[in-house]
Amino acid sequence: MAALSIRALSKRYANLEVLKGIDLDIESGEFTVLVGPSGCGKSTLLNIVAGLDRASDGKIEIGGRVVNDVPPKDRDIAMVFQSYALYPSMTVRQNITFGMECRHVAKAEQEKALANVAKLLQIEPLLGRKPSQLSGGQRQRVAMGRALVRDPLLFLFDEPLSNLDAKLRVEMRMEIKRLHQRIGATIIYVTHDQIEAMTMATRIAVMHRGVVQQFADPDTVYRYPANLFVARFMGSPPMNTMPARLEADAGGPVAVIGAGRPDEVRLRLQDYDAAASYVGREVVLGIRPECIAEGDRVFSGATGAPVIVTAPVELVEPTGAETIVLLRLGGEPAQARISPEIRPTPGGTASFALDTRRICLFDPETERLIA
Amino acid sequence: MSNVVSTAARPATSEMVRRLPEYLMIWVPLLLSAAHLISFSIWTIWISFTPSTLIPVSGWVGLRNYNAVLASRNWQIAFDNLLLFGIAFVLLSLITGLALAILLDQRIRGENVLRTIFLYPLAVSFVVTGTVWSWLLNPGIGIEKLIHDLGWSSFHFDWLVNRDMAIWTIVIAAIWQSSGFAMALFLAGLRSVDTDIIRAAQIDGAGPIRTYVRVILPTLWPITITVVVVQLQFAISAFDLVRALTNGGPGIATQLPALVVYDLMFQRSQLGRGAAAAVLMLLILLAVLLPYAAWRYVQRRQATHA
Repeated sequence: MAALSIRALSKRYANLEVLKGIDLDIESGEFTVLVGPSGCGKSTLLNIVAGLDRASDGKIEIGGRVVNDVPPKDRDIAMVFQSYALYPSMTVRQNITFGMECRHVAKAEQEKALANVAKLLQIEPLLGRKPSQLSGGQRQRVAMGRALVRDPLLFLFDEPLSNLDAKLRVEMRMEIKRLHQRIGATIIYVTHDQIEAMTMATRIAVMHRGVVQQFADPDTVYRYPANLFVARFMGSPPMNTMPARLEADAGGPVAVIGAGRPDEVRLRLQDYDAAASYVGREVVLGIRPECIAEGDRVFSGATGAPVIVTAPVELVEPTGAETIVLLRLGGEPAQARISPEIRPTPGGTASFALDTRRICLFDPETERLIA
Repeated sequence: MSNVVSTAARPATSEMVRRLPEYLMIWVPLLLSAAHLISFSIWTIWISFTPSTLIPVSGWVGLRNYNAVLASRNWQIAFDNLLLFGIAFVLLSLITGLALAILLDQRIRGENVLRTIFLYPLAVSFVVTGTVWSWLLNPGIGIEKLIHDLGWSSFHFDWLVNRDMAIWTIVIAAIWQSSGFAMALFLAGLRSVDTDIIRAAQIDGAGPIRTYVRVILPTLWPITITVVVVQLQFAISAFDLVRALTNGGPGIATQLPALVVYDLMFQRSQLGRGAAAAVLMLLILLAVLLPYAAWRYVQRRQATHA
């Protein structure tokens, strides 16, 4: 059953259109992450789902019921805010039970629900405290407790981790994911952090300029980005994109980077049938940094020998776990992730192995994925 | 790099010259007013223990002046009036200010204009407020006359000249004058409430009244206390408003401590007793301000510990 279904939803402020015909179907039990740069409309979309904002056009269904004119409290949702939005004058206990109090839930039942949630989130010792006496991570837990206690059809998370420091963010990220696995709730989670999206989501909706650019599971979004925006937004460092020319010989299509230059790079592509009509034309070639590695790397699952190119090295960034190298492929800048022990000299050249199986080709006009 | 070193090594005089305006602007007025305040307070306290009448004289009479003032009917009425006026004025201006702030907070049209209108009385001096309200409330020329002229001849509104009700005319004028101040502070407090909290309450299913009572208003406590203290110290030292509005009358029905001090010092030439009454006023003020200062201190300690 679709927990949430959005049809042709748009939102205009005066003459500014922030959401342009959004269509989304979210299945029950899914962890959907809405990700995009700030100003892409993701928070507006979440607010409209919550009923805190009104859609200009379109239809929203929660659990099969049209909720366009249903007030937030009757939508069977719970929301966790970026600022946590705990009631400052109430204790943790009151914060969690306030919603039930408003819905006139019996006292005994309130106590039971509170005890369950407090145990689940391990916040029992905090119940008597005020929000001002809690740390950021504890406030975050209480905010989640307030949402969980309702046991709603839909959980809405609005950038809940962006106010936490980096270490705590990673911990809470895992905890939220674990929570989802344990209770199997349907979650819609808004973030601008593509790592949060990749690590937590079962499905990702990448948004940009009020449009859903791609809505798919994380692997698909990463492996087959629907367009150049998604390719450059997801992944860190992002996918290398560069102009290339598609040619063909007896062995099939060949992508040429820097065609005509002495250092042009020719990459033979296999199983790129969809690109047949682009032979002889300019395309945008995308290759992930991890598909460019040190010369003696054997890529997992590779059958033939990898493509080896010798390329000038411009900059070396050791990160500890790996070395990021800025190099030139046929004159075009590209980043490579190589073994941490290998440190090529900037200004010199080094040989790199390229995993051509995972190259993406984009149409330079429409910026859409070709193959 | 070299110029950095040279400025650091330059003699301190240029720094002194550069900061001279600051010192002159801040310290001179501060020291002058502190000296006035402290030296005249001490002077007044000293006078209150002397048998001074028309001119200050030295001598020691112990608490005689205080006993005389405390025993006088004038002071007793003034003190009772102060209690009634202080409580009624502070409570009513709080309620009025809060009500105005909540109404203005509903994102209504023309909010800026209304806010200015409500705040404007604060810019009017107390003497003007007192005078205007003394005309408005005067049965012969004010509201009562207006209603009579409109045809309702049995209408009665003579609080200004009514012994029992005259104190309420001061309450009315004072509220008119200063509830805008309470409104401005409350409005600032309401506006500083995180909108996410209100949205969370909306999702939790709290209606507007429950949201205000349970979620928003409890965050206004610190502002409320500030407003109460500011209004109370105004109430305790109220002079010009009363002098212009009722001048303590009818008879001595609206007498307030500041009027008693003025009366004793400048009309009856009893400097010693007047000073004693002034010191009593100071004690009442301290009774309000010291707990407030202690509360602020505790708040700040808690804030730094959290």
